[in-house]
Amino acid sequence: MSATDSTLPRPRLLGRATVNAVVGLSVLYTLLPVLWLVLAAAKNRDALFGSDLLSPSGFSFSTNLGDLFAMEGGQYGRWYVNSLLYAVLGAAVGSLVSVACGYAFDKYRFRHKEKLFGLVLAAVMVPQTVLALPLYLMASEAGVVNTFWAVFVPVLFNPFGVYLGRVFSQGYVPDEVLEAARIDGAGELTAYVRVALRMLGPGLVTVFLFQLTAIWNNFFLPMVMLSDQDLYPVSLGLYAWNSSASVSPEYYPVVIMGSLLAVLPLILAFTLLQRFWRSGLTAGAVK
Amino acid sequence: MTATTGQPVRVPAPRAAAPADRGRKAARRRRLGACGVLMAPFFLLLVTVFLIPVGTAAYLSFFSDDQPGLGFGPERTVFVGLRSYAAVLTDPTFLGGLGTVALYCLIYIPLMVVGALALALLLDSGAVRLRAWAQLGLFLPHAVPGIIAALIWLYLYTPGISPVIDLFSRADITVDFLGVHTVLPSIVNIALWSNLGYNMVVFYAALQAVPREVIEAAVVDGAGPVRTALRVKAPLVRSSIVMVAMFTLIWALQLFTEPMLLSQSSPMINSRFSPSMYIYDAAFTRNNYSLAAAASVVLLLCTIALSYGVTRFTSRSAAVEEAR
Repeated sequence: MSATDSTLPRPRLLGRATVNAVVGLSVLYTLLPVLWLVLAAAKNRDALFGSDLLSPSGFSFSTNLGDLFAMEGGQYGRWYVNSLLYAVLGAAVGSLVSVACGYAFDKYRFRHKEKLFGLVLAAVMVPQTVLALPLYLMASEAGVVNTFWAVFVPVLFNPFGVYLGRVFSQGYVPDEVLEAARIDGAGELTAYVRVALRMLGPGLVTVFLFQLTAIWNNFFLPMVMLSDQDLYPVSLGLYAWNSSASVSPEYYPVVIMGSLLAVLPLILAFTLLQRFWRSGLTAGAVK
Repeated sequence: MTATTGQPVRVPAPRAAAPADRGRKAARRRRLGACGVLMAPFFLLLVTVFLIPVGTAAYLSFFSDDQPGLGFGPERTVFVGLRSYAAVLTDPTFLGGLGTVALYCLIYIPLMVVGALALALLLDSGAVRLRAWAQLGLFLPHAVPGIIAALIWLYLYTPGISPVIDLFSRADITVDFLGVHTVLPSIVNIALWSNLGYNMVVFYAALQAVPREVIEAAVVDGAGPVRTALRVKAPLVRSSIVMVAMFTLIWALQLFTEPMLLSQSSPMINSRFSPSMYIYDAAFTRNNYSLAAAASVVLLLCTIALSYGVTRFTSRSAAVEEAR
């Protein structure tokens, strides 16, 4: 493929085939491991170690599902509920907090605003592992180590959400609309809640999704903060079960089934909210 | 910086104002009040879960719990200056971890940026069939949590379970994905698999925003599709490339989840494989807080220096590009 493409039809056809082959192989690379997870989740232990996933024998999807929720007195269900609580509540509160702050950065003027915004952006760069030990010490000082709050409060902090909130506010909320609301006698906060927040909808959903993914993926913080298995999120629980699997192989099928179920909420969220985050990504990327 | 929460609401010093001015001033005060209310929750979080922890990490790195008299006397915290830093920076396991992550970044980041950009350019070229489906398929791993991605690949690397190894062995090839030289590429593969599609979507979104006239002009000037993609489109999405490179770097430096999980099955990964694992090991296995804090500060400084380097490097190469 070169500059001669437009004149010669043959290489162009060849080029088209190459392009499709490269993209097709990439899609196989991303899809096959997920497909393996789906197939492996339906197999019993012997079939799993037989590596022969496509044969119909050893099919035990429902048995695996039952085993998963029966294992260790139904721990998995508890972990799942915990993960949903951490992620959905955390992302809902966190995105509202971040977007409100981003909106304020966009619409109000005050001294040292850009310096303060620089601090917010700097916070994006700081690795979570750096904050973990001090957070743990602070939580133990406050007596909340090994509680729901020790994991829930730190994940609310989302500086990148503030950045996105500011970008969305610039893009979606025209200053004139705000001015009109003020002339109508609406207070500043009323104008934000009634007028601006509605226009910020797609942006809010994007920030929510980003944060939902981040919290659902969260592994390091719960590992540091929690010792009570009843408070574990799914990620940490599966990690614990996987370490048992090397000793007692009956854990393998449940870990695989548990992994499959843990993937579903995010896929569901991304599919349902597709319309919003696609536009949101564009705003984040073009800036 | 603990006064940050108060800052947005600070009202300028009152001046002698004409009565007509008073209304406007009241409005301004109301606005600043609202601004403060909107910002306060976030800045409260910023102070409690960011500024204070960073400060604490820095403080801890200069102090140590000394146990006088064979550990029987009361514990006291003493200032040890740079002793913890010296201990960290002369610890071969920490330096080894830094080296591992450096190598990881050198393999992973170029592969990620080039791969995601190439896929985005291919999808943007219009030659791809079923474009929406291809995008969805590529994006899917983003919905798989990091620990699950690591689990899936761990099983695909495990002999006996993995159909991949099975296929290879049928062709009489033995592969050990968790061996001395293969374990790092295996980790790179997990990260690449997880994030390739997401970054592709970011690049694709940016490419969609490139004005069509620019591309048409390039085509009229006789540029083929490859030349258009590399010389026209790619430079126009430079800011996205910088952003993706930055975020990939920041995440890569924190390398923790994948090696932590693989360490359950591979003896090639010790408990101090990466700096983050070193911090975890120092803080929660060895209970040496000052050592962990010093390692955290070193990791933080590396992150800041490298991110700064990325932005500087790309803006300079942008300047060179423009000067041409």
